[in-house]
Amino acid sequence: MVSRKGSGDMNQNTKRILRIQVNGRWREDAVADNQLLLDYLREQLYLTGTKRGCDGGECGACTVLVDGRPRLACCTFAVAVEGCHVETIESQSQDGRLSPLQQAFHEKLGAQCGFCTPGMVMAAEGLLRRNPHPTEAEIREALGGNLCRCTGYVKIVESVQAACGAEKNADEKMEERA
Amino acid sequence: MQALQTLSIQKPETVAQAIALHRAGESRYLAGGTDLVPNLRRNIQKAQTLIDVSGLAELRGIHAGEQSLRIGAGVTLESLCEDATVRARAPLLAKAASLVAGPTHRICATVGGNLMQDTRCYFYNQSDWWRTTNEYCMKCEGDTCRVAPKSERCYACYSGDLAPALLALGAEADIAGPTGARREPIAALFADDGMRHLKLAPGDLLISIDVPLEAGWTADYEKLRIRGAIDFPLAGIAVALKRDGDRIAGLRVACTGLNSYPGLVSGLDALIGQKPDEAFHAALDKAVRKEIQPMASTLVAAGYRRRVAAGLARRLVERLYAAAA
Ligand SMILES: Cc1cc2nc3c(=O)[nH]c(=O)nc-3n(C[C@H](O)[C@H](O)[C@H](O)COP(=O)(O)OP(=O)(O)OC[C@H]3O[C@@H](n4cnc5c(N)ncnc54)[C@H](O)[C@@H]3O)c2cc1C
Ligand code: SF4
Ligand code: FES
Ligand code: FES
Repeated sequence: MVSRKGSGDMNQNTKRILRIQVNGRWREDAVADNQLLLDYLREQLYLTGTKRGCDGGECGACTVLVDGRPRLACCTFAVAVEGCHVETIESQSQDGRLSPLQQAFHEKLGAQCGFCTPGMVMAAEGLLRRNPHPTEAEIREALGGNLCRCTGYVKIVESVQAACGAEKNADEKMEERA
Repeated sequence: MQALQTLSIQKPETVAQAIALHRAGESRYLAGGTDLVPNLRRNIQKAQTLIDVSGLAELRGIHAGEQSLRIGAGVTLESLCEDATVRARAPLLAKAASLVAGPTHRICATVGGNLMQDTRCYFYNQSDWWRTTNEYCMKCEGDTCRVAPKSERCYACYSGDLAPALLALGAEADIAGPTGARREPIAALFADDGMRHLKLAPGDLLISIDVPLEAGWTADYEKLRIRGAIDFPLAGIAVALKRDGDRIAGLRVACTGLNSYPGLVSGLDALIGQKPDEAFHAALDKAVRKEIQPMASTLVAAGYRRRVAAGLARRLVERLYAAAA
């Protein structure tokens, strides 16, 4: 068995060229084998929207989409998603426009401190792509692994409901404001 | 944040390659990573090499035969929950899988990883700094068990949800390893030892599960947990039952979250052919309590988990018996 000491020396790690699509763009980066997807996104690509909430798999704050499905970036090695498409919260807004989910979280007060919000939005995005008109129970089920310490969840569920019921509305409102 | 231990990741393309890459004491297989990665991050499990088996085609797929269902070890829990054949012919498995962790975990978590997950304990599943202040414990880095300080053994609890369901269904495991392939009953994979709860030899890889489809049986699973949305079982009971008229013609009860291994309750033979009356339930209660040994390895009192386990067994038997009328 490996001793407790000697862990974490990045220089001793095998590095390889990782070919991966992040938010629609293919890229190649030198990545250490022990690099978690979360650290790769936050520390190498500076995509700090994806949050580190717990020390392993318990809070959902690090949820991103891998090939369109939610995945915990803190439980995933970057090299394990080689060749996949990773989407983070930064991919939601387009040309400075909030996505329908972001707009709904903003309007329905689905975010308070905002720490859980990127994970909530990405988990909800994963749900809506599979099931564009989920019931309240389906929304609660899909967000079951995402913890929020502020909102009490009601406003979050309402936000997702608003986003799928009123995708067009959000767009129209944006246009009215513009 | 503590950096992750130094390690390399290998991606074999076949089972044979995966087994050939395995080095005892240095390698671990990596599937969905939802159990292993948090443990590596907390430094409670170590590895120099991870062998990523999530891409192996030989571990995929659910195949229904006349008499049994073959479920690949690499099948994700989400696929298991959603598979039409599983839902129709082995609904117990779909239910148990649906109660594992949260929906995001289940998208990548696998059947193999679920069965082979590490045992758990309040004093073990903690960050390195938490365990430092407690001077660690016998299972990792220390010498004393914090749950039973005079004990020579570790009582960390096996907490997988699929194992009791598979035990109740009489499933078997197909394993490949450096010494060849073999088939074993699920119960033979586990030992009553929180530090060495798996009876697999180094390099053994779970390939698939074979679940017999027995006519006339019904089955169900329930678990006690603090949070309904996402939590390990504090007590989990699976029951498979066959009813003939007003008698119980067959009965298997399996438990999880109560011992260091998932186990079948023994001593139920005397109950076969009986009606589930008060005497039946008193005997069932006794048999379940004899099988289990919950310890203070969780924040929920062991005595309460004991009572719940016996209560769940009774509730499931009553429900299945009534539904089979
Ligand atoms: C917040 C949280 C809640 C959870 N709740 C539950 C719960 O309620 N119930 C529950 O059962 N689990 C729970 N889990 C644990 C875990 O998510 C599941 O057990 C999951 O099914 C593990 O599968 P995996 O593919 O991710 O395994 P991995 O983490 O990849 O592997 C787990 C272990 O199995 C070994 N392994 C994997 N595949 C094979 C194989 N084919 N042959 C031999 N060995 C293999 C690995 O080497 C490793 O030691 C929870 C985890 C978290 C983080
Ligand atoms: S039962 Fe004892 S030895 Fe085992 S993990 Fe818990 S405290 Fe450590
Ligand atoms: S940071 Fe990934 S689940 Fe909490
Ligand atoms: S808004 Fe603060 S944790 Fe959810």
